[in-house]
Amino acid sequence: MRLGLMAVPVAFFALFFAYPVTAIVGRGLKAGGDWQFGRIGDVLARPDILDVLWFTTWQALASTALTLLIALPGAYVFARFDFPGKQVLRAVVTVPFVLPTVVVGTAFLALLGRGGLLDELWGVRLDTTVWAILLAHVFFNYAVVVRTVGGLWSQLDLRQEEAARVLGAGRFAAFRRVTLPALAPAVAAAALMVFLFTFTSFGVVQILGGPAYSTLEVEVYRQTAQLLDLPTAAVLTLVQFAAVGGILAVHAATVRRRERALKLVDPAQTSRRPRGAGQWALLGGVLLTALLLILLPLGVLVERSLDGAGGYGFGYYEALQSVGAGGSSTFLVPPLEAVGNSLRYALVATLIALVIGGLAAAALTRRAGRLVRGFDALLMLPLGVSAVTVGFGFLITLDKPPLDLRTSWILVPLAQALVGVPFVVRTMLPVLRAVDDRLREAAAVLGASPLRAWREVDLPLVRRAVLVAAGFAFAVSLGEFGATVFIARPDNPTLPVAVARLLGRSGELNYGQAMALSTILMLVCAVSLLLLERIRTDRSGEF
Amino acid sequence: MLSLQAATVRFGERAVLDAVDLEVADHRIVCVLGPSGSGKSTLLRAVAGLQPMDGGRVLLAGQDQAGVPVHRRGLGLMFQDHQLFPHRDVGSNVAFGLRMHGTGRAETSDRVRELLELVGLPGAERRAVAALSGGEQQRVALARALAPRPKLLMLDEPLGQLDRSLRERLVVELRTLFRELGTTVLAVTHDQGEAFALADRVVVMRDGRIAQEGSPLDVWQRPASAFVARFLGFDNVTAATVTGQAAATAWGKVPVPEGSPQGEADLLVRPAGVRIGAPEDGLRCTVGVRTFRGNHVTVRLLPENAPVLEAECALRDTPDEGAVVGVRFDAAETVVLAGG
Repeated sequence: MRLGLMAVPVAFFALFFAYPVTAIVGRGLKAGGDWQFGRIGDVLARPDILDVLWFTTWQALASTALTLLIALPGAYVFARFDFPGKQVLRAVVTVPFVLPTVVVGTAFLALLGRGGLLDELWGVRLDTTVWAILLAHVFFNYAVVVRTVGGLWSQLDLRQEEAARVLGAGRFAAFRRVTLPALAPAVAAAALMVFLFTFTSFGVVQILGGPAYSTLEVEVYRQTAQLLDLPTAAVLTLVQFAAVGGILAVHAATVRRRERALKLVDPAQTSRRPRGAGQWALLGGVLLTALLLILLPLGVLVERSLDGAGGYGFGYYEALQSVGAGGSSTFLVPPLEAVGNSLRYALVATLIALVIGGLAAAALTRRAGRLVRGFDALLMLPLGVSAVTVGFGFLITLDKPPLDLRTSWILVPLAQALVGVPFVVRTMLPVLRAVDDRLREAAAVLGASPLRAWREVDLPLVRRAVLVAAGFAFAVSLGEFGATVFIARPDNPTLPVAVARLLGRSGELNYGQAMALSTILMLVCAVSLLLLERIRTDRSGEF
Repeated sequence: MLSLQAATVRFGERAVLDAVDLEVADHRIVCVLGPSGSGKSTLLRAVAGLQPMDGGRVLLAGQDQAGVPVHRRGLGLMFQDHQLFPHRDVGSNVAFGLRMHGTGRAETSDRVRELLELVGLPGAERRAVAALSGGEQQRVALARALAPRPKLLMLDEPLGQLDRSLRERLVVELRTLFRELGTTVLAVTHDQGEAFALADRVVVMRDGRIAQEGSPLDVWQRPASAFVARFLGFDNVTAATVTGQAAATAWGKVPVPEGSPQGEADLLVRPAGVRIGAPEDGLRCTVGVRTFRGNHVTVRLLPENAPVLEAECALRDTPDEGAVVGVRFDAAETVVLAGG
């Protein structure tokens, strides 16, 4: 049964992930049909490559630590406090996560760089320091921690901590002994995600790193697309793959030991209005952080999209409706069409990710066997493998019969779903595992087949998690850039691809249009997420 | 209806069920009684198909259940903590089994209404499960298990979490209900009061084996071993050597009924068989703690150089604490226990 459930995800990953990646690595490491493993040693001995490796690692660690430090109080506030505008704010802090990395980089350049807001006001520039990269990474991943950790936190029964308090534990001891162990898997999962994203960071570092700082992924792109040095790119892809595989293995080992059945309750029961100066100060602090860290860069982005040559106006937006407005053949279609493309692709990608990820999560719910555990870690690999490599791999492998998808629109959602699946699994698995097994047994005794029991018991209990997972999958699909840039057809660009193309051209108008298009993408995401938040509350109140 | 043949379940080296043979006849109520860890819950899970067996067979109505998945066995199981579906209301919980069996909508809602009336919760269909009290949850769980008319209803510590008065009332209700419906019931519990009040037949389990099986009266009157006697709450058990109609024990000579097994054995003296008299009259004891039990008093007696004795006496005959008394034994209330 479990093997049956796993078959579809395994086939999916074999065909659309393992095969393309292996093919492109093979192309880089083979000469005349023979493997040239000596190349690995040659590349890794180069000092410039070692510098890249070292920088990639420490900036990822620093980014993760900084993100946890800033976002964990946010997770607490979102989980435990009621305040006006909470839903809107929750959607707002998620917006950065779905923005194309290129836009995030540009927004921070506009804020921290030469001629940026801080430069104008106080003469402070951070774009030559690593702080710009770190701050952009926190901006980008704040929502990962708030959603993953806060989602679980809001469902932990307050009475557990109260029981500990009555037993003589102080406020802090109760938190440390009761709540923290329950949260640990979620914190670990969030930290892992943040580490993976920052370890494989591409767009942000590309723009803010300048010549001084370069991550593995940036180097892979440079070697592939600019220097056409496929062997070096292949070696770097393998190194990144190995590093990520190692991290995932360690993570899987630590998290599995901690995951256990939790007593989950309706989040509505666990949050209330803040009481006392301390709590109000905490709420204020979190809101201020969100304001400075998230709204300020977004605000600068919007401001720039409206700041035309002749003062503020919608000139850049109007220009998006016509093909030739860029003054060149940048696009075959009006850039505005990218909005529809992106939404369509992202919806299909979300569906694929939900089906594949849902099946995988169902198969993994009951922990057992080495095989299943290996599968668990395998599902996370797409997050760690260079998107550039995946996109390029799609182009060179899925272009001949029996699987000729080169001209098919499905290629883009497939690549995007690949990145969405790990989110679906990671979001649903902790909740599925927290469902009391005897509820399933009760359903079975009453005549429900395993499949029926899953539908009748697990699914309703994890509906919230499914919606959150769908939101994540939709978001990463909308913002996916590294792979899409290789495979999206010129007449059907997605929003991030269109933005990148505009940014790649010189001139005020192109830059302004890029900002306008980014603003549209930001609004699309915000609206989608707001809708999702609404569905969530309606459903949870259903019974 | 149910027949277990050499049913065996091992957790690692330990046999949780050790070649258990058990029969449950149609329309009978059988109660498996045992301390926690005796394997009684595993027994239910094995019958339900939730626990794979390492040996032996489960037959339901003569059919071997090997290879029959849980959901096709047509059983009812009430879990210890009820396991009501938290995301469904009362009516939908009760209707669950009917829906799984493809019962029509109208018939389902009729049956749900009928069952909720039967368990004393008429009109509770729309209530949320979270808002129910423990007793109400128990009733809903019962209605849910009964709804699809299971061949065999299994109850795991059915009243375990309820308070005493509610438990005593529900035991009577359950027994009456099962009688009326003709339900075949297999229940497990660690509470002897519950087992004796509910069952036609009691099975006492110890370490995965059946220690004794019989009617409640049988088991109560003639415990098969010191283990069963102690488990039933009798503490006056001691080693004895039986010769004729007398047993030599640490408490001196104790008379035993005619026809008792001879030789080395354990001896049970029921508290009611411990007669308190004047100090010079029999075994000298100091009176210890007294516990009032409504219509009688349980008195702990501390003999010199012998194990503590428990006696039952009428309210007005109760000696004062610290008093020195003499003790005699009533042969009708002693039992020579067969095995260790």
